[in-house]
Amino acid sequence: MSSFSLSYLKQLESESIHILREVVAEFKNPVMLYSVGKDSSVMVRLAQKAFYPGKFPFPLMHIDTGYKFPEMYEFRDAFCAKIGAKLIVEKNEEWIAKGCHPLKTGVDKCCSLLKTGALLDALRKHGFDAALGGARREEEKSRAKERVFSLRDAFGQWDPKNQRPELWDIYNTRINEGETVRVFPLSNWTEQDIWEYIKLEQIPIVPIYFARKREVIISNGILIPVLSGAVDAHKKVKSVLCRFRSLGCMPCTGAIASVATTLDEIIGEVRSAKKSERENRVIDLTSDSSMEQKKKEGYF
Amino acid sequence: MPIADKSLLRFATTGSVDDGKSTLIGRLLYETKSIYDDQYAAIEKTSKRKGFKEVDLAYLLDGLAAEREQGITIDVAYRYFETPKRKFIITDTPGHVQYTRNMVTGASKADCAIILIDARNGVLTQSKRHGFIISLLQIPHLIVAVNKMDLVNYAEDVFFRIVREYENYSQKLDIHDIVFIPVSALKGDNVVEKSKKMSWYDGTTLLHCLENIHVAADRNLVDFRFPVQDVIRPHLDFRGFAGKIVSGTITPQEEVIILPSGKATTIKSITTYDGELTEAFASQSVVLTLSDEIDVSRGDMIVRKKNLPQIENNLEAIICWMDEQAMTINTPYIMKHTTKYTRASITKIVYKIDVDTLHRQPADTFLLNEIGRVEIRTSAPIFFDSYKINHATGSFILIDPLTNNTVAAGMIRDAVRHIEDYEVDKTFDGGKSKKSSNVIRRGLNIELEDREKQNGHKAFVLWFTGLSGSGKSTIAMELERRLLGRGCRIALLDGDNFRHGLCSDLGFSSTDRKENIRRAGEVAKIFFEHGSMVLCTFISPFAKDRYFVRSLFPQGRFAEIYMSCNLDECRKRDPNGLYKKAQSGLIKDFTGLSSPYETPATPELVIDTESCSVGECVDMIEKFIISKSIVPNKDISL
Repeated sequence: MSSFSLSYLKQLESESIHILREVVAEFKNPVMLYSVGKDSSVMVRLAQKAFYPGKFPFPLMHIDTGYKFPEMYEFRDAFCAKIGAKLIVEKNEEWIAKGCHPLKTGVDKCCSLLKTGALLDALRKHGFDAALGGARREEEKSRAKERVFSLRDAFGQWDPKNQRPELWDIYNTRINEGETVRVFPLSNWTEQDIWEYIKLEQIPIVPIYFARKREVIISNGILIPVLSGAVDAHKKVKSVLCRFRSLGCMPCTGAIASVATTLDEIIGEVRSAKKSERENRVIDLTSDSSMEQKKKEGYF
Repeated sequence: MPIADKSLLRFATTGSVDDGKSTLIGRLLYETKSIYDDQYAAIEKTSKRKGFKEVDLAYLLDGLAAEREQGITIDVAYRYFETPKRKFIITDTPGHVQYTRNMVTGASKADCAIILIDARNGVLTQSKRHGFIISLLQIPHLIVAVNKMDLVNYAEDVFFRIVREYENYSQKLDIHDIVFIPVSALKGDNVVEKSKKMSWYDGTTLLHCLENIHVAADRNLVDFRFPVQDVIRPHLDFRGFAGKIVSGTITPQEEVIILPSGKATTIKSITTYDGELTEAFASQSVVLTLSDEIDVSRGDMIVRKKNLPQIENNLEAIICWMDEQAMTINTPYIMKHTTKYTRASITKIVYKIDVDTLHRQPADTFLLNEIGRVEIRTSAPIFFDSYKINHATGSFILIDPLTNNTVAAGMIRDAVRHIEDYEVDKTFDGGKSKKSSNVIRRGLNIELEDREKQNGHKAFVLWFTGLSGSGKSTIAMELERRLLGRGCRIALLDGDNFRHGLCSDLGFSSTDRKENIRRAGEVAKIFFEHGSMVLCTFISPFAKDRYFVRSLFPQGRFAEIYMSCNLDECRKRDPNGLYKKAQSGLIKDFTGLSSPYETPATPELVIDTESCSVGECVDMIEKFIISKSIVPNKDISL
């Protein structure tokens, strides 16, 4: 008799597929939020698996701030065309036109307008009742408190003190008029699981995850790419071998010094990492509970 | 170890407010190097600001601003770490406020639970409540970590006093695997490193224990259940049913039945993105296609023709009430059970359980966090197994149709049996296994507990498996004499004798062997229910058949004893001259020669009958029985 047991990666995969299928079966108009990063790539593959040999069952939606890396836009368009998914791109055009920028407007405010605001507007505009996101509990302390199916009120807000109980694999997907649900099929995955899975499944990812020489300036220990336009003119530009561990907007996403040019090297690096994954994300560093605050406002 | 081979363990932690739960988790994460420098720096800062000398790892866990402000844990938090052997998912459940709601949420999927007890305070009411909920949820393994041993001078008697007190309590619960470990989370004793200060403790560390808990046997691989999630229909030539196999295994060509329609067909293929499978098993998400065009939709269940769940709309269940609004009788709530929604009303409260005393009380409502037994009527029949043998098909939630809140978690015990229900003939044709569907299964007249009290020992089944000549009968007979001397009530079911009587109509094909073992299991069950120790000696060569027998008994009440003996040695012994006959061709399908023997992968006990004497073998088994508290440990040398 075979052992009838699944490796932990396959267990995570099966759990995520179960969640994705529940969403498609029970919501009227679900959407998958697509941020172009590695977690999104994994989430897309899981959806392909969940509905195979059927078609990709929901549109992908990218909330664009206009400040993403050029490689991300290139990758996004090619990737979505290849998998045959419908791509919706939404922006807060009004505030982008007004010149909203983290350095001028402030990081928190810029995020609130260009990401949270744009997301809530887009969900309303398209009438989406469930939005799948690639957030993981391991990433950040307030995310560690999230349910898989996270209920949001009519304003997209999260009430962490009053979450629905979530039992076994039985998800309560019922919502009242105006409410929406954020669903996190990767809740139980860690950064390392994501990379192991990308390797196992040969999932395409944006090339800036790999190390190469980049022109940066070093500010408070964070490597800021010159390309970002967020560079203080008084600081010296250096050419450093580095990569991006997680992807966000250029002005707020630092690189990390790294020699990892292959998946195996990245996995090795993640395994022995001394710092957490979002160390280079300016958005998390503004206060002790900045992520919780953003989530309460409707962020992921 | 290659990463892909690592196994996964989900465990829940719980304890009272100051038992040091967060510190313990912090310690596990810290010592397995799962805390990043920047996270550590942040909690170092917080600890300093609060005026602590040592870094309090507890701050790592409080994810919400309100939790950090008030120094309490509000809701379940999830943490992840790994060792070279295993990946771990921790669900950290708060022990005080709303503990039922939180514990049930956090622990419903756990393989194992850790209860923390403060060595200075001993066993508090809280620790008992937590044990009760773990028993209700049927979490297979429990570790009681007696913490803050550093504050009681690492005293042995303090630890054992707590062990005894907790064991006294847990005997009343349905928990079968308990381990007690003395630790100091703050100082790190017996968490990851073995403590030098407690040389009197000869057990393992907490991490070692977590790494070695055997979880594979906790799954139900017998009853194939496939609740349909979605229909996949990309084009006219493909119609597949997506879902997760929640228990059992399946292969193409197997005969199945679709519930509730009762239509029969066979599995055509098991389709996945990674190719078609020749076999699939519990916890895999797959797409099944069927040989016939049958109407199947979400909420239906695909099961094996000869292994059906119960199909009823009057259920008896234990529920935990989780809503601020009290439960009301006869209100039509919405039930979600597997992938199916139905209307469900609670028609009767059988009793409410006082979680502190375990006393049963009459009640007419349940308030937030209250637990009890109820009868429920659903608008359509649901397909279920009792929660005890199948968590996935035995659990449900209730939803308030007005607020859409999840108001209760339920665990099904059985169908409600009222006389009037039997007069209506169930028209459902469930195939052969329902040959006598009008026969009523009666509950036990006298509870097992009462019989055990009278006997002075627990009911238990010892299943001896091994090749012919491996010593099963010899050792079982000696053990029987020994247990009789201890005043036990015993039944010895001998495989050979069965073949002469009850099973004289059966041969030795794998189907007949399966039936032979099934009958043996059912007979053992009757003796078990009457409080006996049942010794069964059957070659039982197939793991699946042995697994079936195991599934008939509560966890912890069945032990597989593998009589390990080399084939050559068995052949030499040949007590009944059977090997000789088989070799000369007089017996076909002889286990070990012309028919396979599947060695048990995880027996409770392996007895090496080749190198041990009969007496030594019996000693070992006797010791095992005593260690499981089946019989009281008293010397009977008169």
